[in-house]
Amino acid sequence: MALVQVRNVDKVFRRDSEEITVFKGLAIDIAEGEFLALMGPSGSGKTTLLNMLAGLDQPTTGSIEIAGENIAAMKRRRLAEWRATNVGFIFQLYNLIPVLTALQNVELPLLLTRLSRRERRERAVTALRIVGLEDRSDHFPRQLSGGQEQRTGIARAIVTDPRLILADEPTGDLDAKAAAEILDLLQRLNRDFGKTVIMVTHDPNAAERAGRTLHLEKGVLLEAVRS
Amino acid sequence: MTRTGLVVANLRRRRRRAVLTILGVAIAIFLFLTLRSVLTTLEDSGEVGSESRLIVRNSIGIVFPLPIGYRTRLLSLDGVEGVSWSNWFGGTYIEPRNFFAQLAIDAQTYLPLYPEFVMPEEQRRAFMGERTAALVGRGLAERFGWQLGQTITLRGTIYPGDWPFTIRAIYEPGRDRFPDNVMYFHFAYLEQAFGGAYSDEIGTFVLGLSDPTRAADIAAQIDALYENSAVPTKTETESAYQLGFVGLFGNIGFFLNTIGMAVVFAILLVAANTMAMSSRERVPEVAVMKMLGFGDRFIFSIVLAEAFLISLIGTALGLGGALLVFNLGRFDALGFVPGLAVAGRSVLLTLAIAAGLALASGLFPARRAARLNVIEALRHVA
Repeated sequence: MALVQVRNVDKVFRRDSEEITVFKGLAIDIAEGEFLALMGPSGSGKTTLLNMLAGLDQPTTGSIEIAGENIAAMKRRRLAEWRATNVGFIFQLYNLIPVLTALQNVELPLLLTRLSRRERRERAVTALRIVGLEDRSDHFPRQLSGGQEQRTGIARAIVTDPRLILADEPTGDLDAKAAAEILDLLQRLNRDFGKTVIMVTHDPNAAERAGRTLHLEKGVLLEAVRS
Repeated sequence: MTRTGLVVANLRRRRRRAVLTILGVAIAIFLFLTLRSVLTTLEDSGEVGSESRLIVRNSIGIVFPLPIGYRTRLLSLDGVEGVSWSNWFGGTYIEPRNFFAQLAIDAQTYLPLYPEFVMPEEQRRAFMGERTAALVGRGLAERFGWQLGQTITLRGTIYPGDWPFTIRAIYEPGRDRFPDNVMYFHFAYLEQAFGGAYSDEIGTFVLGLSDPTRAADIAAQIDALYENSAVPTKTETESAYQLGFVGLFGNIGFFLNTIGMAVVFAILLVAANTMAMSSRERVPEVAVMKMLGFGDRFIFSIVLAEAFLISLIGTALGLGGALLVFNLGRFDALGFVPGLAVAGRSVLLTLAIAAGLALASGLFPARRAARLNVIEALRHVA
């Protein structure tokens, strides 16, 4: 059974009296342990889809089931709780909290758990070790390179051990070398830790790292290509 | 990393701004407490006096004398146990700014009316046995570093010339709020110095009563007695007499309260502005935190806690400063009122104001942060 099941999803935005249809009858299945790349031009609906999968936005109609739970029917508060344990999010601009160290940034999502202070710290250190930044744990974001910031962002995304990792252009702000390292890391998380990764990207080279690539064109799934 | 750590870390974001805001709150609280302390001290000044003693003064005003001849008549009144008198001297010590209350008294009759004077018996005897002796309060002695046996010279403003005194006794107040910053000396010294020129005039009479509940009746009786005389009297309890000094300042309570509230309101605007700025700057971070799964309530509590922390630190500094300056320092309005101090009720009021300040400055930014639309906010980031 697929980890993610998107069924008959319509998404309509209303601006004043105008209605903009982003998705019409969208359907996708994403298997557990899959590494999926979502490509498409700006305005095609990639980020909207990612937001819906993260439970930040809800479809106008249709259902989104993740691990058997229909998140499209969840209330705002329940969605926040669900997100805290089931989804790790990686941003294009890293979005680390500037006044927290790398370790504290990684530990942040664990404040929502019942773990003790010591357990939280241990898990954050482990996450930083996985991304190869254990020795930078006391550095603030301004003291890190772009690649290191993104790796910290990835550590933050995996620290709660979520089944689903959503990445919105994770290499969009990095040079080629740093981008390659981030993609290596995502592949490793997918391959070695069994994480399901859904990555939005404009970069065909990045998409090549994924096991499957979907193209979105004006909200329509035009092409599905298996690599 | 804890929730508290997160709040403190946020405060460090703009250190200078946070420090300035905290200082602003601290200064406002300090000023507010200063004004409140003046007010409460004046309100409490009635406690300096007693309800069981009556003060008889010239009805025209306290600066006008009474004939000493009234003494015999006053003493004969039913319910009056003792009669004494005092005269305001109005001298300065070394410099004009060293001004404090000095009273010329008839010590033989005055001291028995005031059990509040606590001093060793030998000092009492030494004071009683010397015409130029002075009895000073402990606070006054500490203020000028006076020792027993020391001779001090006052310069008279009402009674011209230099007046040497020898400190023979230092008293401790026998009850709370009884002033320890007054100097007493023998009326006979004043009388002698002017060759009897002032011997038939005194400032005020003080009467000891056998039954304090009859104070109002006796006061009315005295004033009626001299109503048609050349020098009519005004008689009131010692407490009421002290409170009369407060009345000299007019409606000072309203004045001080208004300024105090204006100061608090001004700092409220500053704190609210700071919180609003801080909240606006953090829109993307709040969005990220929500994306990580932090709920509206958590976000609300974090932003509000920051406002409380600013207010708490500022209040602690302001309150601590006021306690340090006033409760450890000395200010006595030249002896008319007890030392200026931060009253317990002012501390409670300040804590309530601090909580109100935090709520007023933090509530709106906290609510806005909690209701933030994550997608809209992240769109700005991207």
